[in-house]
Amino acid sequence: MAQSLVKEFTKGLWAEIPPFRLVLGLCPTLAVSKTVENGIGMGVATTFVLVFSNILISMLRNVIPSKVRIACYIVIVATFVTIVELMMQAYTYELFLKLGIFIPLIVVNCIVLGRAEAFANKNSMLPSAADGLGMGIGFTMSLAALGAVRELIGAGTLTVWGGSPIFTIGHGYIPFKFMLEAPGAFIGLGLMLCLMNLIGQK
Amino acid sequence: MREMLSMIVVLTVLTVVSGGLLAAVEQTTKPQIEEQVLKFQKAPAIKEIFTNITNDPIRERFDVTADETTLQVFPGVLGNGQKAVAFEAKGTGFGGPVGLMVGINLDTDEIIAVRVTTHSETPGIGSRAKEDLSFVSQFTSKSMSTNFGLKKGGGDIDAMSGATVTSAAVSQAAIAAQELYKKLKPEIVKHIAN
Repeated sequence: MAQSLVKEFTKGLWAEIPPFRLVLGLCPTLAVSKTVENGIGMGVATTFVLVFSNILISMLRNVIPSKVRIACYIVIVATFVTIVELMMQAYTYELFLKLGIFIPLIVVNCIVLGRAEAFANKNSMLPSAADGLGMGIGFTMSLAALGAVRELIGAGTLTVWGGSPIFTIGHGYIPFKFMLEAPGAFIGLGLMLCLMNLIGQK
Repeated sequence: MREMLSMIVVLTVLTVVSGGLLAAVEQTTKPQIEEQVLKFQKAPAIKEIFTNITNDPIRERFDVTADETTLQVFPGVLGNGQKAVAFEAKGTGFGGPVGLMVGINLDTDEIIAVRVTTHSETPGIGSRAKEDLSFVSQFTSKSMSTNFGLKKGGGDIDAMSGATVTSAAVSQAAIAAQELYKKLKPEIVKHIAN
């Protein structure tokens, strides 16, 4: 039992890491991975929603009629997203301003709905929680990594928390602003996926 | 029939529980959110509107009530001794309410400046109303009796191209501010005089 829980958890960290392996949830990935800080903020918010929606959906999986299951999932996911949104407004308003419209858009994030439909729907509560947590942490790591690459190349800085950079490339560096735009995110994502496949081949 | 019933019951129960939970969370976070909005949205907007004042409008803020309308008002004392107020009015945009902080000179009834505060407009399109000051600067020095409607509807305000809905929301907020001002000015003046 414990072993399978660990397996459900760790598969989200490498073997099925979103968005690289699942290639789901690209909209927030492209939009908010401009800096490490935004990536982590978005990742943590998504993790919270993933874990709790997975738990609740797996608990209710025998009660929810299959014909209206998607509607039920949306209600559950939207409830948790609204809670996250209110909490962020109350306690981390600056981050809320940066992530803006992409927080409510977690409702339609394919990773959240995808895990509900593909996993929580068929498994009991504990594996579903482990799955949600693993996927969420994997998503957070991916966004942070992509954010680090984009911020480093696009702005020449690294910002982890609180708005002031912890690392700055020297004054002589001319930022490659393209990486901060959405197409830059596509290219960054593609190159990282390529790198991951290269490592996986051996 | 049984299946139909279970679908109705499950969905109803789920949405009712969700609604109740969200109302509770909303109630508990409300004071905290208002504080954050004051600090990160209203205070910076007021600072940009009142560039030349001798008091602290945030600390001296007060509520006025007339005809069952309550309004939070930020008083300002201008460098030349004239009195001014700033308050927020709302319009409805593309993604929900758009807040507009309006600063008015109480002695001349002229707008000092306006700034967009809270909004959920599309980034890069409607959000230009807040970021690009060329739109809101149209309001600067206009009299409070100006028609704040968009030019298309016979008013005096140029819409932002590509963001008509947001422009209309700002115009709507300005018109709401006009009405609030007309209704509440006597109360505001009375309060400041005390």
